[in-house]
Amino acid sequence: MTASFPSAAREEVLARIRRAVGDSSAVEQRYAQVPRGYRNAGGAQRPGEACSPQTVALFLERLADYGASARLVDATAAPSAIAEALTGRGADTVVVPHGFPEPWRAGLAGVRVLGDDPPVGLDALDAVDGVLTTAATGVAATGTFVLDGGPGQGRRALTLVPDYHLCVIPADRIVRSVPDAMALLDPVRPLTFVSGPSATSDIEMKRVEGVHGPRTLEVLVVATEPPLADHRPIDDPAES
Amino acid sequence: MNGTTFLGMPAFPRAARDALGDAQLRRNLAEATRTIRDKRDEAVGELPDWEELREAGRALKEHTLLHLDRYLLQFEEQVTAAGGTVHWARDSAEANRIVADLVKRTGRNEVVKVKSMATQETGLNTALEQAGIRAYETDLAELIVQLGQDRPSHILVPAIHRNRAEIREIFRREMGTRAAGDGLGDAGALGDDPQELAEAARRHLREKFLRAEVGICGANFLVAETGTVVVAESEGNGRMCLSLPQTLICLAGIEKVVPRWQDLEVFLQLLPRSSTGERMNPYTSTWTGTADQDGPREFHVVLLDGGRTATLADPIGRQALNCIRCSACLNVCPVYERVGGHAYGSVYPGPIGAILGPQLRGTASPVDRSLPYASTLCGACYEVCPVKINIPEVLVHLRARVVDGKRRRPLPGPERLAMAAARWTLSSPRRLAGAQRMAAAAARLVRHNGRIRRMPGPLAGWTDARDLPAPAPESFRTWWRRTHP
Amino acid sequence: MRTALFVTCFNDTLFPGTGRAMVRLLERLGCTVDFPLRQTCCGQMHFNTGYQRECVPLVRRFTEVFDGYDAVVTPSGSCAAMVREYHGRVAEVAGDTRLAAAVRHTPPVYELSEFLVDVLGVVDVGAYFPHRVTYHPTCHTLRMLKAVRQPLALLRAVHGIDLVELPSATECCGFGGTFALKNADTSVAMCADKVRHVLGTGAEVLCATDNSCLMHIGGALTRLRTGVRTLHLAEILASTEDEPASAPRTAEGVAHR
Repeated sequence: MTASFPSAAREEVLARIRRAVGDSSAVEQRYAQVPRGYRNAGGAQRPGEACSPQTVALFLERLADYGASARLVDATAAPSAIAEALTGRGADTVVVPHGFPEPWRAGLAGVRVLGDDPPVGLDALDAVDGVLTTAATGVAATGTFVLDGGPGQGRRALTLVPDYHLCVIPADRIVRSVPDAMALLDPVRPLTFVSGPSATSDIEMKRVEGVHGPRTLEVLVVATEPPLADHRPIDDPAES
Repeated sequence: MNGTTFLGMPAFPRAARDALGDAQLRRNLAEATRTIRDKRDEAVGELPDWEELREAGRALKEHTLLHLDRYLLQFEEQVTAAGGTVHWARDSAEANRIVADLVKRTGRNEVVKVKSMATQETGLNTALEQAGIRAYETDLAELIVQLGQDRPSHILVPAIHRNRAEIREIFRREMGTRAAGDGLGDAGALGDDPQELAEAARRHLREKFLRAEVGICGANFLVAETGTVVVAESEGNGRMCLSLPQTLICLAGIEKVVPRWQDLEVFLQLLPRSSTGERMNPYTSTWTGTADQDGPREFHVVLLDGGRTATLADPIGRQALNCIRCSACLNVCPVYERVGGHAYGSVYPGPIGAILGPQLRGTASPVDRSLPYASTLCGACYEVCPVKINIPEVLVHLRARVVDGKRRRPLPGPERLAMAAARWTLSSPRRLAGAQRMAAAAARLVRHNGRIRRMPGPLAGWTDARDLPAPAPESFRTWWRRTHP
Repeated sequence: MRTALFVTCFNDTLFPGTGRAMVRLLERLGCTVDFPLRQTCCGQMHFNTGYQRECVPLVRRFTEVFDGYDAVVTPSGSCAAMVREYHGRVAEVAGDTRLAAAVRHTPPVYELSEFLVDVLGVVDVGAYFPHRVTYHPTCHTLRMLKAVRQPLALLRAVHGIDLVELPSATECCGFGGTFALKNADTSVAMCADKVRHVLGTGAEVLCATDNSCLMHIGGALTRLRTGVRTLHLAEILASTEDEPASAPRTAEGVAHR
């Protein structure tokens, strides 16, 4: 679709900008001069820090700080941990998007699974007990995981409308800092950065967990030995 | 029309006086700002590279503003390539017209809204209402303001002036009186626990989200390189509006653009820690145009000038456009803490409002002329600003603009006369010494134990609550001359 | 080193005792200061109120008066900040390149505590002041000059002093120059909180590096008959056993000392 409104406004705004600041030249060169001291000032990831036990521990701690229940499990224990988590929340009907790792599905025996294929309607989605996904990456420093709609994550509504979200993340997808994560993400995909359950501080600046998004957020980090068969390396652009 | 001040808004000092006498407001503000200040200090103190991040944020914004045409065109190109449509608006009226037309074309007459300063600034809700379109605010604080037929008083928490008891009353009144079967539940029994109030909002809005066909949002950042739009939020209402409706319309100021995707690594660290005092806000959504099988089928961005290019033309004032709307400056401002946001007369209160408003709107109204003076220049705002806007510097710069505007008047006011007299006196040590002798002599008549308790005219504002020291019988220079011959 | 005292028009007229204390203190430390009599004002009031044009002759006078000195020392954080941060701007706005060059040649201007600690390298100035004192860091000293540690280091070294911390010390007192008149209600509301914190410390004396802020807080302290005195840092540092800072029962004593 092309612009459906007269471009007089466009031309005028651009002309005003040029009058205000002059012509844009040598942009690349000037952009390169932006100081990036923060990248080596202590907050950034150092070699070997990605998915190190310290990074994973920090990730879990920071998630817990924001009211998400989070723990580390062995690969072999993942299916039972998933099953326990779902049972613990009384989640009988769960949406599990396409591409969710096969080995982990072993924990879903006693659960009614909706595959979102064909897409689950909004009202039906509102009625399920929860959603089970994986995530594209985790950021330890902020306790954030990022959903990019890739395998096992599904479209955005799936992790939004149900009241309970169980997210299972392989440990090797967890990086130290925000810059580390941004470098791995593909902006063309619709991304959702999730840091704890839905919350608000709008009443007296006091944080209250649980407004419109899932009110309960649970995260399982799966130790990544042995590597999962269909686990997509996050920096593989072929998937995006 | 570049955004307006609230109708009939008096100058700041007058509005401030009323606010200062509101005990409930004073307490609400003191509690809330202290809470958020402490949280912010903790979140910021945790980062060893905070100062480097601030400097990077400032430099990126400055760079972008100096090449704004180029980055906006790049953004437009990328959005279009990704299936979206970009519109341009010279002012608020034009932006509102574009949005209303886009909504009408969908054949719908209601929209759900993500909290957005740009739409507040243009008065979009009123414009939509005039076009027969009902806009539902979905952010909790915006909902409180909308239901209470109130005005926003804070950038991040528009209902900061309300405490839980007041919010409960608004919810009871507005949610309880609706027709039964509206899916609203029984708000009559509502308690004042924030958890319970948030739950009431969830129930109130759930139905609207699920049937919404048109969503309206602002933007925290627009990425030129990729055409990506970024919205940061906490409650999930944003995600609802961004991903459930079929049509999404984003209204954003032209200064929201950043050059590259990777630059978000700076702003996504600066914004949440400065704003809510969290390491990261619960939800940040980014999207580029439209996506297959996920979210809106139709996506529009309206790029708003609304006085921004005029602000850009001022080399000192343009740094106000660095603002990422975090509201850290409000939370540390001693004036804001006592007076609240309404006295600033527009949707941008606090220190940033005092430099942004008079630049976006000009200094024609009494309130806009008074805003640059609504500060002691204490500098607390500059200290916390994540993009290093030197707010005190811009304030004094705008004061000069206000004064220069008044110079065109044929008759000088009392302040201008006093300043001219002071300049004349201070331009000569002899005249200064003479004035000191006269002042000391005059003071002998009115002083009491070396103090003056009551002065006439503009000085009465001082002596209403404070004593004034009498000029010394012997000035320093007289003493020096006497003792150092 | 040729050092000039810039006493400021405000202190010259209203608080000459502060200037006299500075001279006494610096001479005691073996530092001779000169007081160029042609000095008047740094232009801060005009500049901060928006009368930048009116500042031009004041800035020019400042550059002329202090030309040739090695250092300028002043008992005002905000006036020092005005000279350091904004004299260049005044010249630039006026489009006066000659003035801009003169401003660049202005000798370094130090607030008193900076001069003592950073230039003279002293912390213990041999002062004696056996009173309970609390210190309010004025905004421009704190945030524009960033002179955070110097005043406190000097006060801590004063013999006999009982220095107590002021709660919420870094919060502005509400003076703000013409703000105190233009926004008198807000100014007083801020002052009320500062007064509350000062009273909470039980201090006899409130100390700061700017008499302007002290005039504001002190004006409320005396109006309310709190009995708390305000004293500029210079006066505490000048105080010795032989020559104590007088402890007047009334504020008039300050003016007469």
